Amino acid sequence: MSLLRVGSSVAIIALAVIWTVIVLAAESQWQVLAALVVAAVAIFAFSRMRAGRDLAFTLNDSGPSIIAIIPLAVLVVAFAIHQDHFQLMMLASVLIYGIACVGLTVQFGYAGVINFAGAAFFGIGGYTAAVLGSTGVPSLLTLLAGGLTAAMIGCIIILPVLRTKGHYAALITIAFGLLFRSFLEVNHTLGGPQGLKVEGASIAGRSLLNGIQLGTLEPSFYFNYVLLALAAFTLFFLLARNLEKSWIGLNLDAVREDTIGASVFGINVAAWRIFAFVAGNFLIGVAGALFAMMQNFIAPSNFTFSDSLLMLSIIVLGGIGNLWAVLPAAILVVVLPEKLQGIGEYRIFVFAILVVLVLRFRPAGLFPRSMRQFRREVGQ
Amino acid sequence: MAILFEYFFNGAVLGIMYALVAVGFTLFFGVLDVIKFSHGDVLTLGAFSGLVAFLALQLTGLDLPVIGLVIVLVAACIVTGLVGAAIGQFFVIPMRNSSAFNILLMTLMIGTAIREAIRLFYPTGANPKAFPALLPNSPVEIGGVFLRLDSLILLALGFAIVFLTHWLIRHTKLGLAIRAVAQDGDTAQVMGIPFKQTVLATFALGSMLAGIAGVMHGIYYSEINFGVGLLLGIIGFSAAVLGGLGSIWGAIIGGFAFAALQTIWVVLFPDASGYRDVFAFAAIIVAMTIFPTGIIAERYSERV
Repeated sequence: MSLLRVGSSVAIIALAVIWTVIVLAAESQWQVLAALVVAAVAIFAFSRMRAGRDLAFTLNDSGPSIIAIIPLAVLVVAFAIHQDHFQLMMLASVLIYGIACVGLTVQFGYAGVINFAGAAFFGIGGYTAAVLGSTGVPSLLTLLAGGLTAAMIGCIIILPVLRTKGHYAALITIAFGLLFRSFLEVNHTLGGPQGLKVEGASIAGRSLLNGIQLGTLEPSFYFNYVLLALAAFTLFFLLARNLEKSWIGLNLDAVREDTIGASVFGINVAAWRIFAFVAGNFLIGVAGALFAMMQNFIAPSNFTFSDSLLMLSIIVLGGIGNLWAVLPAAILVVVLPEKLQGIGEYRIFVFAILVVLVLRFRPAGLFPRSMRQFRREVGQ
Repeated sequence: MAILFEYFFNGAVLGIMYALVAVGFTLFFGVLDVIKFSHGDVLTLGAFSGLVAFLALQLTGLDLPVIGLVIVLVAACIVTGLVGAAIGQFFVIPMRNSSAFNILLMTLMIGTAIREAIRLFYPTGANPKAFPALLPNSPVEIGGVFLRLDSLILLALGFAIVFLTHWLIRHTKLGLAIRAVAQDGDTAQVMGIPFKQTVLATFALGSMLAGIAGVMHGIYYSEINFGVGLLLGIIGFSAAVLGGLGSIWGAIIGGFAFAALQTIWVVLFPDASGYRDVFAFAAIIVAMTIFPTGIIAERYSERV
């Protein structure tokens, strides 16, 4: 029985991997559109079938080792497309946006603290990497510094957010996002509208720009960035999932669902909100630093309000609070617009309408978060 | 001194435009407790439909100054009113029980769709369009200060619209219905007030205000761009929130406060005028910290 369940789950994931490779490697618009239709039908079918529930159960209720599925699946995809710069860059972007969206999930999905300035914190990480890049600080430390800077600025922004509620709190993060963008546009030390050049990452004295040799394969140098982003994504995914399963996650759920009730039970609401916001911004900052290193160049136009909306669209499309949905949703949001270049001009228009329709007719997202299971925690 | 007065005057024209947008936000929030973020792009749509009406008028050769302005305003109001009501009917009302965040994101995306539609479907929509000077823009001297006549008329028009809206809300049957629905939708329905029609009328009314603001914006800057809606929408929203959502006077105060912040910065630091918006938004954040529910607090801000 259990074997059957695992078997069907593995089959679904294998199908998803094959689908991803096909979409990444697709040449024509029609292939992409056909793949999109197939995905829509498959998601609809699996969410109604037993196999879909089994998959959700396997992913949510297994121990931490289940996470090994992510590097495994991504590596299969990466090897399948190992020669193509552009496709690998897209895969790395998916992972980087995935890290940022794990951060947003911790903030909004777990603690219910809304953040409309995702792109701003992403940019803070990126600009930290740009400034530190020329000073010879090791790349991994730069990533850490990007995260810490974003977290520190988050510490300031959380103060007004804590004092306000609902739409008022939303306005503060929106205002901060706009403030950050217009600051970058006019500040000449940080390059103004032209932006800044960023040093590429190098680990243990080896620049990631030099491709690595794997046996007979000679993959593109973006393969290195895929590996780095994959390592970071897997690490943060593991941390966030353990956080969700722990007593901290329980407290965050309580704070989100019923603030007053939580405080009656002695939960320090303000402290948990600060924790979630700062931790989430750390992840977003790290993702931003990594993104800047990979692109070698950043400009204020990378960090607009629309980009914040793009990140939020990822977690909303996937299903708010469902970590496993982040990667599939990031693939949809990051890869499809690039692949639908032929529609060209119309792609933002089409994308906006798509998000509106999903919100209107499937408001819980494509893969809704499953309920917390207490059976094991209580002990049988 | 004269130059200060000029700054003050230009700030006031900006303020009345922001206030018109903010009143729209406040009306929507009043009746349904939702934020309809496509508002800024509805404004752009109004400006563009005004432009189309003017071009059509030119083709028929009817080029009279006053009637031209009236027809442009009416065209803008009809289009924005219909679009506003349609967004309410098909997207906001069916979603009103879902989380505030979902509605916020959905209306932001509807706004994006409208913005992109203008860019794509209006001929060469990606470039700024010259907006016709519908008002005489000869300078007028008042006590040694030269002001543009069209700005003066715009300011007067803006105030007239605001007072008209206030009168509509306070002294007509529709206004009574809107206030009743804002206070308690269910009870209003029990009392025989058609809930849906009232909400749709409110959406149409608020969107018309945005349409008028769009035409004013076009006349004031003599050009219109498909992207102005995003920033104007966010400024209007900030103004409404700063004033306190749900209060018309709060929205007007908020609109003028925002324009005042921008103007003060430019007067104090003319060399760093690029930081105008940075300062204004930072001030908004600080103001929200001091007044967490806006300057004129929501009457039922704590619902425990």
